Amino acid sequence: MSLLEIENLSLSIGDTPILRDVDLSVAPGEVMGLVGESGSGKSITALTVMRLLPWAARATGRVVFDGIDILAASEDQMCALRGDDIGMVFQEPMTALNPVKTIGEQVAEGIRWHTRASRADAEDRARKMLDRVGLPSAKFPLSRYPHELSGGQRQRVVIAIACALKPKLLIADEPTTALDVVLQAQTLDLLRDLVAENRMGLLLISHDLAVVTEMADRITILRHGEVMETGDTARTLSEQLHPYTRQLAQASMHVPALARTHEVGQDNPQLQAAKPLLQVAKPLLRVESVTRDYPGRRTSLLRHAASIRAVDDVSFSIDAGQSVALVGRSGCGKSTLARMVLALDGPTSGTIRFRGQVITGKSEAELKPARRDMQVVFQDPYGSFDPRQKVEKLVAEPLHVLEKKPTNAERREMVAKALHEVGLSPRDMDKYPHEFSGGQRQRLSIARAIITRPKLVVADEPVSALDVSIRAQILDLFAELNQKLGVAYLFITHDLTVARAITDQVMIMHDGRIVERGRTSEVLDHPQSEAAKALVAAAPDLHRAIARRLQEQG
Amino acid sequence: MTLRFDIPEENFADILVKAFTNRSFLTGFVITALVAAVAIVSFFWTPFDVTRLIIADKTQAPSPAHWFGTDHFGRDILSMIMIGARNSIAVALVAVGIGMGVGVPLGAFAAARGGIFDEAVMRLNDLVFAFPALLSAIMITAIFGPGALNAIIAIGIFNIPVFARVARAGALAIWPREFILAARAAGKGKTLITLEHVLPNIVTLLLVQGTIQFALGILAEAGLSYVGLGTQPPMPSWGRMLFDAQTRMVAAPWMAIFPGMAIAITVLGLNLLGDGIADILDPRSRRQR
Amino acid sequence: MTVYLLKRLAIALVTLVLASMVVFAVLEIIPGDPARLMLGLNASADQVELLRNQMGLNAPLALRYLHWAGGLLSLDFGRSYTYSVPVIDLVGERVVVSLPLALIALALSTIIAIPVGLFSAGRHGRAGDTIAMGAAQLGVAVPNFWFALMLIYLFAVWLRLVPSGGFPGWSAGVWPALKSLFLPAIALALPQAAILARVTRSALIEVLNEDYIRTARAKGLPYRAVLWRHALRNAMIPVLTILGLQFAFLLAGTIIIENVFYLPGLGRLVFQAITQRDLIVVESVVMLLVAAVIAVNLLVDLSYAVVDPRLRSRQ
Repeated sequence: MSLLEIENLSLSIGDTPILRDVDLSVAPGEVMGLVGESGSGKSITALTVMRLLPWAARATGRVVFDGIDILAASEDQMCALRGDDIGMVFQEPMTALNPVKTIGEQVAEGIRWHTRASRADAEDRARKMLDRVGLPSAKFPLSRYPHELSGGQRQRVVIAIACALKPKLLIADEPTTALDVVLQAQTLDLLRDLVAENRMGLLLISHDLAVVTEMADRITILRHGEVMETGDTARTLSEQLHPYTRQLAQASMHVPALARTHEVGQDNPQLQAAKPLLQVAKPLLRVESVTRDYPGRRTSLLRHAASIRAVDDVSFSIDAGQSVALVGRSGCGKSTLARMVLALDGPTSGTIRFRGQVITGKSEAELKPARRDMQVVFQDPYGSFDPRQKVEKLVAEPLHVLEKKPTNAERREMVAKALHEVGLSPRDMDKYPHEFSGGQRQRLSIARAIITRPKLVVADEPVSALDVSIRAQILDLFAELNQKLGVAYLFITHDLTVARAITDQVMIMHDGRIVERGRTSEVLDHPQSEAAKALVAAAPDLHRAIARRLQEQG
Repeated sequence: MTLRFDIPEENFADILVKAFTNRSFLTGFVITALVAAVAIVSFFWTPFDVTRLIIADKTQAPSPAHWFGTDHFGRDILSMIMIGARNSIAVALVAVGIGMGVGVPLGAFAAARGGIFDEAVMRLNDLVFAFPALLSAIMITAIFGPGALNAIIAIGIFNIPVFARVARAGALAIWPREFILAARAAGKGKTLITLEHVLPNIVTLLLVQGTIQFALGILAEAGLSYVGLGTQPPMPSWGRMLFDAQTRMVAAPWMAIFPGMAIAITVLGLNLLGDGIADILDPRSRRQR
Repeated sequence: MTVYLLKRLAIALVTLVLASMVVFAVLEIIPGDPARLMLGLNASADQVELLRNQMGLNAPLALRYLHWAGGLLSLDFGRSYTYSVPVIDLVGERVVVSLPLALIALALSTIIAIPVGLFSAGRHGRAGDTIAMGAAQLGVAVPNFWFALMLIYLFAVWLRLVPSGGFPGWSAGVWPALKSLFLPAIALALPQAAILARVTRSALIEVLNEDYIRTARAKGLPYRAVLWRHALRNAMIPVLTILGLQFAFLLAGTIIIENVFYLPGLGRLVFQAITQRDLIVVESVVMLLVAAVIAVNLLVDLSYAVVDPRLRSRQ
């Protein structure tokens, strides 16, 4: 007997169909993984069960929870179910909590509403619940406000709210996507324990096949609003019978097809020729004991709290053509370091040399030569383009640093070439960024980065916002350009699979310091530092997860 | 997965289609266009000559000859309202122009530069905000005497901090975006980035605020003229007409009703227009990260 | 928290000092010699010079400013040129009319606007919302003094329920005095209420789109409860901002409305003073109103901190 039974669920918002004939079931105490890429309708499915859909949504089919027909239930019935029998955890912990209410109030609120408990009783239960999710009241009193907690802690509060009344079904919609790998592992452990303790059914929604494999008993794969395949997790993923399942699984484990060159320009004659020159020259980028402090919060009129050291005495260098990953948990200082390398921010102390020239403390005019040889690719394919400009202008933006301003014709020529190199058509020049998909936009971003033929590209989480299949393509493109143009990369990522796929060397950053550096495979297979070990252990890995599942099942 | 549907930027034709299917925009646009047309027509033609006082015709009720009646000097109210429209629009438009012309650069550069410059601009804003338009008008009148020009200056000065604030807030929301970082990495300076990336992205905000301030300017001009600090007779103005009507409410209510309606309809039209623009161009402008 | 409060207080003080300098400077630019004005055209140059010395007009500029500002602090605004009485007495008589009027109007507009905003946001997009916001749209467009004229026409001339103008003074009893403030307060309050209702509604609707509203709904709270418990307090910040700005508008509005209803308030005083070129009175009233606006804005800043815990812990 299923706890949740969805049959032939079709749904449209306005005139846009979102779901078509979706079937899905969750048994009591079972973990069901719902996997799909963006736009597959995973979230809408979850919201349908909660009946928290946008008002323009129209649903047909059957959704039965614990004998109750959800689609036909009255709003009062739904209110009685939500939070009591069905709990929900959302993706974005930073915005999921009301900023003006204490965490105690927010956890106790649902308890009071459903059980009519007194304030004191409800607070007592809230305290126990927060304690259970790892926020003991000695350190995290009920009177804390959400902004006083970190993202991972906030997600624990959200989980406490969802599980406060031990619901029969817990829906978790990408509960760890906004967290770094270590927090992700901790949060998943917590969810797993809570589900087991209370024999809750869990509908776990994720884009990450590895995460779902580690957690789910059964798996449902959704694409464009239709169910592709449903079945036992281990079997579905080890057999990979459905083509889309195979595609997803392979993309998740993707390593760019081109052979990685660990020595500079080994199989590239052009670079081979340049090699003696490179060897004589100093490293492309040399960072020498760089430290960056941010002033602390003002605690009284005249006193500041101790300043925060985001980057602490970091030194490293990158050679021409080398591809280096900078890996660390969120808040470890890797983005600050990247900004300093790009001369978008200045260090408190230390120097950074690029092609032998000091670039710290220089004016924008003095930086021009360096900027020509150094470009950047950002994480968010949507936020990194001015929506009001056409592709031609956007991709041509770095040409600003050229000594000789190209003519219009030359400019179009260069843009066309760059677009071609990233696999786009020169015809795309006259489009606006919104006419492109996320993956195409990241290609645009790369086109912009290579148009000046830079020696170094700093890429800040360039694939983490992309779906797995697109991610594989973009990684291929990065690898290809590394070979073709001999460009060096500084790849900032929290995702070890990305580091493994594309870089020669990896640096592990922790609390502002670089704690480990070495050959990528070496560091990831045999981590030495605590920080590296934690990252490696927490990183979800599809191979490993499937193997473990199969082993458990014998 | 969140439920944020990214509303893409659209091309001009799409925006036009949306504009003319949007109820607020359409109504506002028609009203505003009508008022503007009336103001323009008044330069060439009015039903009666308002410079000639015909005492024999004084305080006549609305009739086929005088649709809106006549005032205490026998002037045709409709003709006066037409000329008054010209006056109101001119005052409000110039005042918005002053506010935008000074306020937007101040706000945009305060956001770009930050630090002491930003602080100084904000404090200056606080200072001007402490003088409501009417108070500055009173002070200006105390120095230079009453007149339309002083009304423009008073309303214009009051508009400066409004636009400075909107521009600053809008620009501050743009600056942390990644495309700005990309432009900086391309070696562009703050001024260039402000011109190329920031201003084009806050234009809609400014446009919406512009229509609101335009409407407020019309109200303020009417208020100032009503208390004798704005447009001076014999130049007809809506506020002044209401002042003249006040003592004759019982005998000639039409003298008050029609100019008041002219003000209300104009302001209504502009506000609807502003609402419409906001709806069309950025339905979720504030929901962007 | 204290850092925030102190910073806001410092800003308010700086603004006040700057404002006083502006007002003082304006008085300095104004053509005409106050001493000459007081003595009349027939006075001799010596007499004028004597009076100028007495009035301290020959002292250096900075000294005169300090003297004047010091006077303001001890509520000594100087003497009216035309009435030859202390300005503070003139102002005192008038404040008891203007201040109650502005406060009643502020209270009225808030009492009307917040429920209308809640009502509209709760029925977002439905008929009730459309009607309420249509009315608000009209309310925003109507100039308050014209609205006042229409009210006089309706209630005083036609229905004869209230006096059409004038003020009996508080000595005539609280009720008659209040009665004569009734129409002016409504005339001031309704257009402001329309603005505030629109702001309340849009702030609520924006907040209702936030993720934490979904979290609250997922707890099982009905829509109404979410609106009251979660949305309203978060929507208060823009509402408070507008409320602060409105106080400035209401003060300015009283100046005009007092003229419509012949109320002996600060507004009437200022206009008489302008026509009589009694500049010290103009200056004092302007300074007083500016101080009131600054004080209210400070109050608004402080109330942000009450509403929003993030401000309490941030600088």
